Amino acid sequence: MAAPAQLGLQNAASPIMEELIAFHDHALMIIFLISSLVLYIISLMLTTKLTHTSTMNAQEIEMIWTILPAMILIMIALPSLRILYMTDEFNKPYLTLKAIGHQWYWSYEYSDYEDLAFDSYIMPTYFLEPGEFRLLEVDNRTTLPMEADIRVLISSQDVLHSWAVPSLGVKTDAIPGRLNQAMVASMRPGLYYGQCSEICGSNHSFMPIVLEFIYFQDFEVWASYLYIV
Amino acid sequence: MLDTQKPPRKKWWTPPFDPRFPNQNQTRNCYQNFLDYQRCVKTMSRRGKNSEPCEYYFRVYTSLCPTSWVQHWNEQIKDGTFAGKI
Ligand SMILES: [Cu+2]
Repeated sequence: MAAPAQLGLQNAASPIMEELIAFHDHALMIIFLISSLVLYIISLMLTTKLTHTSTMNAQEIEMIWTILPAMILIMIALPSLRILYMTDEFNKPYLTLKAIGHQWYWSYEYSDYEDLAFDSYIMPTYFLEPGEFRLLEVDNRTTLPMEADIRVLISSQDVLHSWAVPSLGVKTDAIPGRLNQAMVASMRPGLYYGQCSEICGSNHSFMPIVLEFIYFQDFEVWASYLYIV
Repeated sequence: MLDTQKPPRKKWWTPPFDPRFPNQNQTRNCYQNFLDYQRCVKTMSRRGKNSEPCEYYFRVYTSLCPTSWVQHWNEQIKDGTFAGKI
């Protein structure tokens, strides 16, 4: 969950988000080093009285400023690829959840549990209880078991949407006529908020996602006996 | 609302990893299993056998395919306009 005036990423609830935060910090550190070096050299060049306009065939410096940036790029690319393939990694899922985007709400299908399916609409501001979040709450939360691998299949019924939950490190496009797979797991119980992340029309900002991770046994009861009335 | 008066829903197994579809795009996984189910049922009925072995495909495609797709395809099969070869 994002906090007011927060600058960094949201706290991680899954191993993959832990990795993404570490990678973000790693990349940012390199960016800071390069920027300070560049700023330092700029200030040196602007303040010096010396000029040096006739350098030719400076092979050493040419070698250094070709190879060093290449090495830096590799140092960013390799961990990036590693995480890219880790997000695609697929364990034996415990549950399959289908998240289908509509203009302008999400609908969820738990087809492992016969007919369990419902729509998840935004909670209007005047319905909110104290402590609930404006533009982030929904009427029917997507309840899931914690510490389990969940396969989420994301699709759309009309236009492009994107199903995103920052603290779990997932953001997957919902494309009409296509099923996209993402793996989701939470190490902690709790509520995780997300929003549609592909501009999809006038109510794009008003189709949030709320995942409620609960204990496995409680989830079984919830899934077995939930009836939307 | 939880209604414990009614009988609990049955929990089915969820489709395992299928090495034919290792990618993020699972559209074909859903469609292929739907197709395999229809073919299986057709073959079994032609041979006059019970279609119980086809249950596997049924479970996989109901878990993977959005229900609206399945409804749409079933209507097409009924109208004889389904594009797949069954
Ligand atoms: Cu949307």
